[in-house]
Amino acid sequence: MPPIEGAQTGSGGAAGGGWRPVAEATANVRRATEDPAWARRLIIGVAAGFLGIFLIIPLGSVFAEALNKGVGLYFAAITNPEALSAIRLTLLTAAIAVPLNLIFGLAASWAITRFEFRGKNLLTTLIDLPFAVSPVISGMIYVLMFGAQGWFGGWLMAHHIRIIFAVPGIVLATTFVTFPFVARELIPVMEAGGTDEELAAITLGATGWQTFFRITLPKVKWGLLYGVIICNARAMGEFGAVSVVSGHIRGQTNTMPLYVEILYNDYNFTASFAVASLLTALALVTLVAKRVIGGKVKHAQLPSVSADGIEREAA
Amino acid sequence: MAGMTKTKRRVLPGFGLTMGYTLAYLSLIALIPLSTILLKTAGMGWERFWHVVLSPRVIAAYKLSIGASLIAAAINSIFGFMVAWTLSRYEFPGKGALDALVDLPFALPTSVAGITLTSIYAQNGIIGRLFVPLGIKIAFAPLGIIVALTFIGLPFVVRTVQPVLQDLEAELEEAAATLGASRLQTFRRVIGPAMLPALITGFALAFARALGEYGSVVFISGNMPMHTEVVPLLIMTKLEEFDYQGATAIALVMLVLSFTMLFGINLLQRWSASRYATD
Repeated sequence: MPPIEGAQTGSGGAAGGGWRPVAEATANVRRATEDPAWARRLIIGVAAGFLGIFLIIPLGSVFAEALNKGVGLYFAAITNPEALSAIRLTLLTAAIAVPLNLIFGLAASWAITRFEFRGKNLLTTLIDLPFAVSPVISGMIYVLMFGAQGWFGGWLMAHHIRIIFAVPGIVLATTFVTFPFVARELIPVMEAGGTDEELAAITLGATGWQTFFRITLPKVKWGLLYGVIICNARAMGEFGAVSVVSGHIRGQTNTMPLYVEILYNDYNFTASFAVASLLTALALVTLVAKRVIGGKVKHAQLPSVSADGIEREAA
Repeated sequence: MAGMTKTKRRVLPGFGLTMGYTLAYLSLIALIPLSTILLKTAGMGWERFWHVVLSPRVIAAYKLSIGASLIAAAINSIFGFMVAWTLSRYEFPGKGALDALVDLPFALPTSVAGITLTSIYAQNGIIGRLFVPLGIKIAFAPLGIIVALTFIGLPFVVRTVQPVLQDLEAELEEAAATLGASRLQTFRRVIGPAMLPALITGFALAFARALGEYGSVVFISGNMPMHTEVVPLLIMTKLEEFDYQGATAIALVMLVLSFTMLFGINLLQRWSASRYATD
């Protein structure tokens, strides 16, 4: 995910359309820029085998394990009160963390792509910070701040406010882990969109907010949606960071990924995989949405090289 | 927060607001909480710090984490390159679905990945049982950790290499072929060197991700101190024992390692981008 966007826009000026028809005449002769048939088969075979073992078998086995004791047990597992409370908490956490990070993403990408200032590279790097921090450490920093022995621990205790081992801690840790996603999808899209229309709007007397809502937001909407979808998937699925701050109180501070762990450690495998299958379904929906919206982002992002890009895709 | 240098852009409003909000949010959510690690460690003194960080159990965890992450990243580099090659060069039925599926490890919660891989690679699992006659134990052994880390690092190499491979100009390969190079020579002398920066970047990203991984590993590793205990798990154990100083000391070493990696990856990406920016 991270490094792709920039690289894709770098496609060159020369159109690669010249070589196709020439080779058509001798259909049985391999083109010099094509791999031999045996190599092609070998590479496809190894790649498919690798993806089969590491992606397809695990994917299939989640649903197989979830349903192996029958549909009745499956539905019982995902509708019992503890499961429902885990689902509710997961939805609540995402409902707070995602909008927060959406606003942050908009502000950060506006500041970074619309203005020149010293330390821009540093700021861009800081946005990637959570990618370099282990999930366990991401949770731990909030324990050090708000835990019983933490900086604000005494004060919070005196005022009967619980953050760690309670819902606020879960929301905080999730927000930390997911804050880069909207920003880093938006930055390249906003950069590529340029500022001409915004400048025209301002010149014609529009206010800053009008310009933002009527010009910028429609221009970046697909990039924004793309970022929100990925951010949401991570917010609902975060395990390590949330695990540190949750305290695993059943029916109270268990999100779905934590509940999966608890059921598994109780040897309640079928129920564990049943809840896991819901998260897997969410992951699959995310992948489909990513693909559909990702195409639109790319399309909107590359107006200047579209002649070359379209030709290549069509070929 | 210095002034804007391009006068052209000064027309657009909102610099103070968006910049202020961005910095405030970053500080509150990330920078201040992260600084607790430095301050907590500073409070424990050098002697105690080294005592914690160099204890045999911690060293064993670092060795395991770094070793398993390196192996997993290497596996991903080799097979991920083949996957990227397949997806960008060949046509076959189901390609679109396979391409989309590559991102599954990004989208799947790590606890789900952990329990699933464990059930598959346990001694009664569909893959694990094939290795029982050979006397090879995968789950609850170091091998299981490598499997989990390979899974979660899988998208990185593919998604770094794939776009570069797609953007590689056909003319380069044509020129090589015209000049009499065999396909293998073209691959070794033309395509290979062009792909190297992307491949190294993918390797580094997969390694960095694997180093900090907790969720998928905790289920499959068996978590035996000195044997199958990775660093994030050791930090977790210390936290559960309320040994916050120990946990932060280990975390600090880990952060220094990760930030060095992040910095290196940024340099790599800049190098890679400058080398292949064709316009």
